[in-house]
Amino acid sequence: MNEWLLILGMMLVTFGVRYPVMLLVGKLPMSDRVVRALRYVPPAVLAAIIVPSMLYPDGQTFDLSLQNSYLVAGVVGVILAWRTRNLLLTIVLGMGFFLLYRAVFGLI
Amino acid sequence: MTAGPRQEFIAGVRATLPLEIGAAPFGIIFGALAVTSGMSPAAAQGMSLFVFAGASQFIGVNLLAAGTALPVIVLTTFVVNLRHALYAATLAPHVRHLPQRWLAPLGFWLTDESFVVVANHYNEPGDPRHRHWFYLGSALLMYLNWQLWTLVGIIAGSAIPDPTRWGLDFAMIVTFIGMIIPTIKNHPMLAAVVTAGAVAALANPLPNKFGLILAALCGVAAGVIVEARRGEVKPETAP
Repeated sequence: MNEWLLILGMMLVTFGVRYPVMLLVGKLPMSDRVVRALRYVPPAVLAAIIVPSMLYPDGQTFDLSLQNSYLVAGVVGVILAWRTRNLLLTIVLGMGFFLLYRAVFGLI
Repeated sequence: MTAGPRQEFIAGVRATLPLEIGAAPFGIIFGALAVTSGMSPAAAQGMSLFVFAGASQFIGVNLLAAGTALPVIVLTTFVVNLRHALYAATLAPHVRHLPQRWLAPLGFWLTDESFVVVANHYNEPGDPRHRHWFYLGSALLMYLNWQLWTLVGIIAGSAIPDPTRWGLDFAMIVTFIGMIIPTIKNHPMLAAVVTAGAVAALANPLPNKFGLILAALCGVAAGVIVEARRGEVKPETAP
């Protein structure tokens, strides 16, 4: 029962962040400058999500070494994305490299 | 050229399809983690069905397993999801003409992945009239895919002893890398990405993922400043 209460609470705050903002901001007049600035939101947020998870693989400890498979494979992923410009190829090859690297270094 | 609702819907599904590969392991791990940390299978699926927020669901399950009080979990979910307010604000000007029956489900189905795909599509030249169908196609695929892989994870949860040790969470990282890199077409965009990443790394010790919001705002500011200095970004072609 407790878990369903948790789901209800999480649902309310999640929807409560997404929907009202979409509704209310849509009613405001938006200047061209604001709309242009908002174009930087997607890449900025994604970078802010992934960079810490590569540098702090366990969430707390900063790890700048070859033992850190998240960082090594992440750098390989950047190169793949840059050279191929193909999302599917980047995901498949990047994930493949990650698993192989961990297998070779006995991290699994 | 005007794309009709049907074409837009299919284009949205197509653009989102590669992202499902990155989301699949993430969904499996969530389902497996939820049941191995003591949640009932129904509630694990229920969380994917009704909350539908990947990162928050992980945090919710982790905190629940650690015996955290319910209000604290809900509050943490709220903070982690604050970035969705930025997403919603970004998309709002494009969907302002839509009625409630569109806005409510589109709001509910907003995710990192759909947001980036949809925001990029709105920034493309051409007639944006039916682009909410693109959004719907992208969002529906994300939703159904997430339900499917959550279910697979729940079933696998009892079979795999320690689902986190495989490091399948890297799937999300490489997916996001593949989404960011092609958008870096000019100096302001590069400045936004590098600044956001650097600030996020430095601010990581801040509690409750507060660093994430801070980093995103710094990244956007960096993009705007560099754009103003260089003035090299093409003007908007879309009306």
